[in-house]
Amino acid sequence: MKVIYNGKADPKTFKDVLSASIPQMLDTNPDVIYLDADLMSCIGTAKYAKANPDRAINCGIAESNMAGIAAGLAAAGFKPICHTFGPFASRRCYDQVFLSAGYAHNDITMIGSDPGVTAGFNGGTHMPFEDVALYRAIPGATVVDVADSAQLENILPKLVMREGVKYLRVNRKSNDLVYEAGSEFEIGKGVVIREGKDVTIIAAGFMVGRAIGAAEVLAQKGIEATVIDMFTIKPLDEQRVIDCAKKTGCVVTAENHSKIGGLFSAVSECLIQNCPVPMGYAAVEDEFGEVGPVDYLAERFGMTVDHIVEVVEATVAKK
Amino acid sequence: MDANCKHELKVFAAEIRLALLKELKTRGFGHVGGSLSICDLLAVLYGKVMKVDPKNPKWADRDKLVVSKGHAGPAVYATLALKGFFPMADLDTLNIPHTNLPSHCDKNKTVGVDCTTGSLGQGTSQAVGMALGDKLKGRPSRTFLIVGDGEIDEGQCWEAAMFTAAKKVNNLVWIIDDNKKQLDGTTAEILPHGDLRAKMEAFGFDAVRIDGNDVEQLYDALTKEATDKPIAIVMDNIKGRGVKAVEETAANHSMNVKPEVWDSYIAAVEADLEALKKAGAQA
Repeated sequence: MKVIYNGKADPKTFKDVLSASIPQMLDTNPDVIYLDADLMSCIGTAKYAKANPDRAINCGIAESNMAGIAAGLAAAGFKPICHTFGPFASRRCYDQVFLSAGYAHNDITMIGSDPGVTAGFNGGTHMPFEDVALYRAIPGATVVDVADSAQLENILPKLVMREGVKYLRVNRKSNDLVYEAGSEFEIGKGVVIREGKDVTIIAAGFMVGRAIGAAEVLAQKGIEATVIDMFTIKPLDEQRVIDCAKKTGCVVTAENHSKIGGLFSAVSECLIQNCPVPMGYAAVEDEFGEVGPVDYLAERFGMTVDHIVEVVEATVAKK
Repeated sequence: MDANCKHELKVFAAEIRLALLKELKTRGFGHVGGSLSICDLLAVLYGKVMKVDPKNPKWADRDKLVVSKGHAGPAVYATLALKGFFPMADLDTLNIPHTNLPSHCDKNKTVGVDCTTGSLGQGTSQAVGMALGDKLKGRPSRTFLIVGDGEIDEGQCWEAAMFTAAKKVNNLVWIIDDNKKQLDGTTAEILPHGDLRAKMEAFGFDAVRIDGNDVEQLYDALTKEATDKPIAIVMDNIKGRGVKAVEETAANHSMNVKPEVWDSYIAAVEADLEALKKAGAQA
């Protein structure tokens, strides 16, 4: 793993990775099968599906049925990957994922695209700020929020082969570039991006690049921040969280999600039991999404570099 | 179907009813109405139709059963025990802590159960996935899906039905138990379904309506070879079928009655079974 953050957007989109990696997995492992709910074109898999209708199945706009069929395919020996937009991958088919897949031990991977503010112009109906909360509540589930294309490329095949219900939330466009292509990651292990003694910023997904940007601004102000990419929100890398809290004495989380039930909740649950320290968050308050360009929405919902800096300064002051 | 075979299946159905009632009596309560209404179907499926091996219950090429109306689990357990999937004595453990026989079907707990169900509607899509998976893996298996008529209020059933026909998942047989009642009353009062056979036909199935108590009609419908069109069987039925006193009880979805009442149900089925055996195949 090598960090090559330069403050610029990742030139490779997540869609680029999904449209190459999913067909590659389907072509190399006959047990992998892919289902979508009429959004194949959105992640660049429609062409492959047309040529391989038995490997990539379009279920139509029926997410509950798709989740149930995936569970049945898992029972028949397949490793199904399902995709739809985040709100439909979580709220719309939650009971089916919870029972037909989770409770029944039928292992499936669900990809929810365009999480949180990355839903942009699709607006509030398409903007899940609660998908992580829902999937975290499924016993034994794995919940991943990827930072950039290199991380997605490395994690996706590992996720598909893993046991249990797996939820991957991923933007279709680019986040900030963070990692060198070919970087290796381990599910369940947070990545230490930089080390500082004054505060730990624990970020995931869309917010990782912004957290690094905030750490650079803070350094100029004399605050040295540790930055952790906690791309696996469940199971949480608790030891890393505790060690960082002990070393730096305060923790700030940064996520493209509600403050209820996501990364802030997960880290809080861990620290309250093991190492209570002053905490802060850059996350969405208890409210619904709305329409607009992503930059506007990031500002509106407190996901900017400036906001992370403010929260860190306030949290450090509480030490 | 010859007379011997028909007789054999009728006896098996009565034996399932008897084992089911004794099983429910151990707790004193349970989903008796919807369990009784599928006993003839289970007798035909496990007596003559399904390729299963009690000694090798996970055999990949077996036929599978999805009881999407998962509360009919007790009837399935009675059938599986009679077939030798597990000892008859296990039926006494229904719903006790750590049992392998929970009120609703659970494939991870009960030997011979193929699908975890209970949240109505969810068995339909799982059955589609199981059948599709078998087909894609080149297995000769068929999957039989039992859906309650009340259950079909759930929209997921219709999503799954549309997919089954559209994608020609013809190794899956839909069986709707049209027993006319759901928890709160009759389906006619709560949410009338209209002509279920016509609805399934409109969805693209080769759909028939038969008497859910007639083993010969059940056998013929279940063994019909499917064309590209998957088969749907609507079973004209009565909730509590086979035990007159239960059939005549208005609220018979789940019943909690005294041991002597269970004994009276058991005695009635024992008498039916005795009469069947006495009359033999000629009856």
